[in-house]
Amino acid sequence: MTSDTTGPAPTTDAAGPADAVSCTGLAYAFGRTRAVDGLDLSVRQGEVFGLLGPNGAGKTTAIRCITTLLPVPAGMVRVFGHDTAGDRMAVRRLLGYVPQQLSADSGLTGRENVALFARVFDVPRRERAARVAQALAAVGLADAADRLAGTYSGGMVRRLELAQALVSAPRLLILDEPTIGLDPIARTGVWEHINAVRAVTGMTVLVTTHYMDEADQYCDRVGLMHRGRIRALGTPGELRQGLGARRRAEGAPATDTPPTLEDVFRDVAGSGLDEKSGDFRDVRSTRRTAHRVG
Amino acid sequence: MCAVELQKLRHDRTELYTRAVQPALWLLIFGQTFTRIKAIPTGGVPYIDYLAPGIIAQSAMFIAIFYGIQIIWERDAGILNKLLVTPTPRSALITGKAFAAGVKALIQAVVVVLIAALLGVALTWNPVKLLGVAAAVILASAFFSCLSMTIAGIVLSRDRLMGIGQAITMPLFFGSNALYPVAVMPGWLQAVSKVNPLSYQVDALRGLLLGTPAHLAADFGVLLVASALGITAASCLLGRLAR
Repeated sequence: MTSDTTGPAPTTDAAGPADAVSCTGLAYAFGRTRAVDGLDLSVRQGEVFGLLGPNGAGKTTAIRCITTLLPVPAGMVRVFGHDTAGDRMAVRRLLGYVPQQLSADSGLTGRENVALFARVFDVPRRERAARVAQALAAVGLADAADRLAGTYSGGMVRRLELAQALVSAPRLLILDEPTIGLDPIARTGVWEHINAVRAVTGMTVLVTTHYMDEADQYCDRVGLMHRGRIRALGTPGELRQGLGARRRAEGAPATDTPPTLEDVFRDVAGSGLDEKSGDFRDVRSTRRTAHRVG
Repeated sequence: MCAVELQKLRHDRTELYTRAVQPALWLLIFGQTFTRIKAIPTGGVPYIDYLAPGIIAQSAMFIAIFYGIQIIWERDAGILNKLLVTPTPRSALITGKAFAAGVKALIQAVVVVLIAALLGVALTWNPVKLLGVAAAVILASAFFSCLSMTIAGIVLSRDRLMGIGQAITMPLFFGSNALYPVAVMPGWLQAVSKVNPLSYQVDALRGLLLGTPAHLAADFGVLLVASALGITAASCLLGRLAR
């Protein structure tokens, strides 16, 4: 794995290796809107962590702080022990990032799209062609590699973006709404490829989504985010059982259907979820992505 | 970045053809008409000869000025965010874009030179001078693309940038020696022309292509400094686009 040689040594506490991501009191405001407001989060190495929440909960802003796109004060965000404020380059070398929008360049072939990222990630020239081919094969695009990305289906574009993010062999893969607007089969396809790569490399995955069923199925742990903060944290099973137990204690009939993750979310977010969820720009960008996916 | 632009052009050459239309029309319509009028003092050179280097510079500038809009489009599409999360320094991304603009403009310049030659303009075919022409076109395009990307980094939205882009291209073009000598301009416009890198580019192109008197050292000096400043400014502001 690549590691930084210039920055300060990553901090390792006595308990073991540093968390893949740790946020302490992370706050970020756009003007008066506090998008992220005191977020505490730790993502363990090797797990799939789902950051869940409605539009406007602050997921994307949190992701953008973690990926060094938004400047945050020192001490708030660490990635494998590297502070995103002081040690940006070290953090960037460890990351693979797939933004919410469909961001592959439709004027280039799949292979050229991935090759560009091999170049900007300083993959050595001699290894590039092989690494690009490997990344494309890992997401099942080897056959379509020399077609223009503009001819790909939505699911294929998402997988191409995964290949772009994987070509640098990241230790942490960050996916912002990776399956938004995709049909169920394409969604499953994207996740199967992510899990296949994880099985080989052991990389950590941090994913945001507002599909609760997907989080339930694929995430080791989830954090439910609402109004800039984590409101509940645990494995999907723990959260569901927790709510189920509480409901029974409150006198709900035992025959009642067990709660889903969505119920947990409604319980956590409480009322006011619908009025406040998502500003205009969020919704528009989400719709645009959904539209482009078809 | 340069390689990416060339790959894209290879897949879709339409842009190459459509972009060649405007300079060809300038030379054909404007150039031929004004050659007959003989209203502009060109120092003994036929007007269409005088105009050809100006049109090379103009078409290069028009290509370059689109880069700001392109970078905002890339921001909206998420491409820019992905690039900014890589270990590649911002200055390297901007320099890549600037020279991609240069390469595109160079292709365009070749087209204009060919059209001009067809129209009977007496151009040099001295390879050293042509290399100089290439350098002037690339440097100036680097500057104008960075100017455009710098403004993009300030205004942050496509609509505002389009307005500003149109508002600045017109004076940059007409406030230069591309169409007429600086001497015929009113004093205040001459001052504009003095600080307009386009004038220095046209001066260098004219000197190299036609052999008219030029100030090559000053021209290349200005273009080098301008493109270096442009790259610095655009790199500093690039991060703003990701917020």
